[in-house]
Amino acid sequence: MAEKNKQDFITDEEKNPYIKYFRKDRLPTIFCSGCGIGITINSFLKGLESADIDFNNLSLVSGIGCSSRVPGYLNCDSLHTTHGRAMSFATGLKIGNPDLNVVVFTGDGDASAIGGNHLIHAARRNINLTVICINNNIYGMTGGQVSPTSPEGTLATTAPYGSIDTPFNLIDLVTAAGASFVGRWTTAHPLQLSKTIKNGLLNNGFSFIEVVSQCPTYYGRKNKLKTPVSMIKMFKENSINKRRADTLSEEELLGKIVVGEFVNKKRGELSKKIDDLSYIKSGRNTIRKSAYIF
Amino acid sequence: MTKELFIQGNEACARGAIEAGCRFFGGYPITPSTEIAEYLSIALPKVSGSFIQMEDEISAIGSVIGASWSGIKSMTATSGPGFSLMQENIGFAIMSETPLVIVNVQRGSPSTGQPTMAGQGDMMQARWGSHGDYETIAISPSSVQEFFDFTILGFNLAEKYRVPVVILADEVIGHMREKVHLQDNIETLKRIKPKEDLKDFLPFKNVENGTNPMPSFGDGYNIHVTGLTHNERGYPITTSPKDHSTLVKRLVNKILKNRENIVSTNFKYCDDADIVLIGYGSPIRSIMEAVKIGRENGIKIGYLKINTPWPFPEDEVAKIAKNVDDLIVVEMNLGQMVHEVERVAKNDTNVHLFSEIGGTLPKPTDILNKVKKLL
Repeated sequence: MAEKNKQDFITDEEKNPYIKYFRKDRLPTIFCSGCGIGITINSFLKGLESADIDFNNLSLVSGIGCSSRVPGYLNCDSLHTTHGRAMSFATGLKIGNPDLNVVVFTGDGDASAIGGNHLIHAARRNINLTVICINNNIYGMTGGQVSPTSPEGTLATTAPYGSIDTPFNLIDLVTAAGASFVGRWTTAHPLQLSKTIKNGLLNNGFSFIEVVSQCPTYYGRKNKLKTPVSMIKMFKENSINKRRADTLSEEELLGKIVVGEFVNKKRGELSKKIDDLSYIKSGRNTIRKSAYIF
Repeated sequence: MTKELFIQGNEACARGAIEAGCRFFGGYPITPSTEIAEYLSIALPKVSGSFIQMEDEISAIGSVIGASWSGIKSMTATSGPGFSLMQENIGFAIMSETPLVIVNVQRGSPSTGQPTMAGQGDMMQARWGSHGDYETIAISPSSVQEFFDFTILGFNLAEKYRVPVVILADEVIGHMREKVHLQDNIETLKRIKPKEDLKDFLPFKNVENGTNPMPSFGDGYNIHVTGLTHNERGYPITTSPKDHSTLVKRLVNKILKNRENIVSTNFKYCDDADIVLIGYGSPIRSIMEAVKIGRENGIKIGYLKINTPWPFPEDEVAKIAKNVDDLIVVEMNLGQMVHEVERVAKNDTNVHLFSEIGGTLPKPTDILNKVKKLL
């Protein structure tokens, strides 16, 4: 009994040190129990703190899907846009005010199906956005349809006989498009993920971080991985670090999730280039918040 | 003091945008609007502004919405095919109350149609193109001077009502060259920051006049902007009939209840006219000439020039309809705004359509022949 009373007095902050970043008036979230998004948010906030990013200068942008609901729960400026288009809104926001730290939350369908073109062009421009792509290999929000990253054979409501489509490797896609920072972890690697998110936030360019995540409700239930634990266990067993993966053949890597940091290089960043051009042509950087001035 | 220039319509539009305070352009090349992007790619860096060519028109307007929330007056320019691609995000701009300007230099359509020829086929798309219930503001210039003036007006209306404003020009106006007077003292409307404390501010409040002040991202208001139905705080609330109805009606009413402040028309010889010609955009030029010739020949004819097709100037049309035998709507499409004229005028007068498609302006003599048949 005494134990129970003690539980009641545990503050929100004691339960989760990152609760201070949340819009508490919006809790609880819409995420299903066991969803990987919670782990991703915690890793993100840990990465944010260790990168020493000013939370008040943070702008979150997202498209449509479960992962795109993240910005709505965090107490900073947030722009929840149209399906697939978050990258373009974020591009305008960052160019309009390069002083903002702009982070995009997206998912496999949002970023690589309907938004695939915007994703590769943002990577090509190397605009300073940090993109956190929560890849659960399925359309969760609409009830479990096959996605461009669903492995061949995946069962989904629109792939009742198993997916016969070839999936994207998002890491290869954004690397080829020119992203200057690329990383991937799973929800079984929350600490490694937060470190990579930190490195992505500190990179002055386009950073893409894929989080392979569980959707027990739709992916798991359809594909004999009914519990969150069984899915995370599967991630743990099948993950292989990039350094080791580099020594293995394509056949040996079949069914494996290669994790780690893939790209980290310095390359000219777009919003800085636009600012520099303004400086050359007008003698000053682009004017911030000019709508209030003239 | 005024400066006189002899310039192309698209350049006049771009110059007007700079005068209005536009400091961000995101676009995608398309005939016959491309010169607006080209001019602004040169001019914007010179006034500490930003220019970006995006990967398509969907992302072009996406970038413009993002830039607007960063606190910059922003615009894009396109033509019919690009305007079609923008419709989804136009709906987002309406729902999120994002001020911006979209210039649509209309060409022959449907589909890719006639890239280098004029048309007015996007009038109804400008009104109903995005899904759902909404009201919108669209302005149609009929001269190079008006393309300059109306672009400035467009930015001011966008800021005043926090809406996307469409400048519905056409290829004739975009590509023709005329003399333009550039005023020194151009009135621009600055964006207004909220007065309330950070924590008390409700960004989407159900205010009397419909329009709230607009903070920028990075101002500390921690606002949430979404295309979902939202409450006054901006949080999604998608299953409450009351909240949805309150929000959508406010968005619609901020245009409808200010109709008289937004609508702009000009008319001539309507007092004693038996027949009045109605038009907008470049065909107005043919209409004016037809009226001039008609009056010289003793025909009692006048015209109504619609500067703001949306919101539709129904009071102005209805007033004229009561005193004339016939109204003729002249359009470069197979009849779009004529339906609006019929809606408000059909009980009082006969409404006719003079339609010309194919890319050339209606000839004044052809319009006059139609008039003579009604006499």
